[in-house]
Amino acid sequence: MSRRCARETEGLLVSPQPVDTLKGFGVTFKQIFKKPLTMQYPEYKRPVYPRFRGRHRLWRHENGLEKCVGCSLCAAACPADCIRVVAAENTPENRVSPGERYARIYEINMSRCIFCGYCELACPFDAITLGNDYELAEYDRDDQIYTKDMLLAEPIKRVPVADAELYDTPIPYYRARS
Amino acid sequence: MTEPWWISAIKGFVIVNLVLLTFAYTTLLERKALGRMQLRYGPNRAGPYGLLQPIADLVKLVRKESFFPAAAIDVPYILAPVVSAFTALAAFAVIPFGNGWNIWRYHVNGVVANVPISLILVFALGSIGIYGFIVGGWASESKYSLLGSMRTCAQLVSYEVSLALSVLGVVITAGSLSLVDIVHNQAHSLWYVVPQAVGFLVFLISGVAETSRAPFDLPEAEQELVAGYHTEYSGMRWGLFQMAEYVNMITLSGLAITLFLGGWHFPFAHGVDFLGPLWFFLKLLVLLFVFIWLRATLPRLRYDQLMSFGWKILLPVATLNALVTALVVVWVN
Repeated sequence: MSRRCARETEGLLVSPQPVDTLKGFGVTFKQIFKKPLTMQYPEYKRPVYPRFRGRHRLWRHENGLEKCVGCSLCAAACPADCIRVVAAENTPENRVSPGERYARIYEINMSRCIFCGYCELACPFDAITLGNDYELAEYDRDDQIYTKDMLLAEPIKRVPVADAELYDTPIPYYRARS
Repeated sequence: MTEPWWISAIKGFVIVNLVLLTFAYTTLLERKALGRMQLRYGPNRAGPYGLLQPIADLVKLVRKESFFPAAAIDVPYILAPVVSAFTALAAFAVIPFGNGWNIWRYHVNGVVANVPISLILVFALGSIGIYGFIVGGWASESKYSLLGSMRTCAQLVSYEVSLALSVLGVVITAGSLSLVDIVHNQAHSLWYVVPQAVGFLVFLISGVAETSRAPFDLPEAEQELVAGYHTEYSGMRWGLFQMAEYVNMITLSGLAITLFLGGWHFPFAHGVDFLGPLWFFLKLLVLLFVFIWLRATLPRLRYDQLMSFGWKILLPVATLNALVTALVVVWVN
């Protein structure tokens, strides 16, 4: 009887540790008085990581010209195939970007975008970057297609962003806070 | 003392509505308490502290489509949830909640229907309620529902035996099957939870199994099965099944209070017994909390463990308890 094989213990009827089972009740009861870990989202927005990849934006030069030259490298790099660029020639009367061409149409389909940031990496002029905003829900799929005007406009700041200092120190951020 | 029939009717109406209200807020209490035990808040969006959540749930259930499988057998399919909900509610009629009051010219009893065999009536209604679960799964004409109802059936039938046997000790001690008498007998003696501690324990455990609550919630083990016997139900029909389960839980807690915890009596003092319903309700809340606490603490049993636990441990213990109680009662008298 010294060797109790696994097969025998498998059919064991009662919990072999009744005291521990009762201890479990104490554990669950104690939890009630702790503060819940839930973050009440719409009221409290947890600051995102500074390099968090959210909604895109297009940039302009200081003189007002668009940085984008319509090269479509971002569209080529996009794994989700959600960027559509149609380029047109700049003319002396209508100069939109400093290069030869500019993006006549620049659309991002946000319902397909996977926020990988490859467009940002591919761009030779830093014309497109990913911002921090993640509140991109819409009632209509068509509204998910962002046009060039929407992307060029100064985005509304909806989401708090954590202090970059917190992350760029060699001390881990969770210790730096205390 | 007799009372005119219309007083009983009014009482029945009030009690049914109170039980339904308790049911609705038990769901909220459960979600809140479970949430806090898991370091969450639970529902807190609908109204202050989520107090309107049950109402929101009700509106949602009523407005939802009541899906009807094409192959289902109509009459039993529709009737099954009704039977379950009805029997669950009807069982509350015989549970005493107060001493009785003299209001104006009439005497109002503290129970809707004072039946001399009320304990048997409760168990009989419970057994009929099980038919709702079985027939509902069968009439859905879906193999998963059928399997689910068979699981439910096997579990409920096995545990009903030990449930009925566990109260036998109380019946022998009190010498009556009437719940009103059983409560009266506890007024000036120890509550039966002390002399019948084993019976109380068996009653609680098999009661948890009987209402298919965690850790015995195999009929609808939500992490493992889709739903069990009510897979093909939706909308308010599903809501009726859910209601039946919660009301069964409330009835069972009420029964445990009546049989073992002194019913509507306040402990050690009798000056405040006219507030019977209040004490009853407070005890009910404590027991409901224990049910929820159990759910938060214990993991689900395996099916073979459930069966062997019911037949090989609970049943012999309940039988022994009844036998020993009978011997002691005979020996003392």
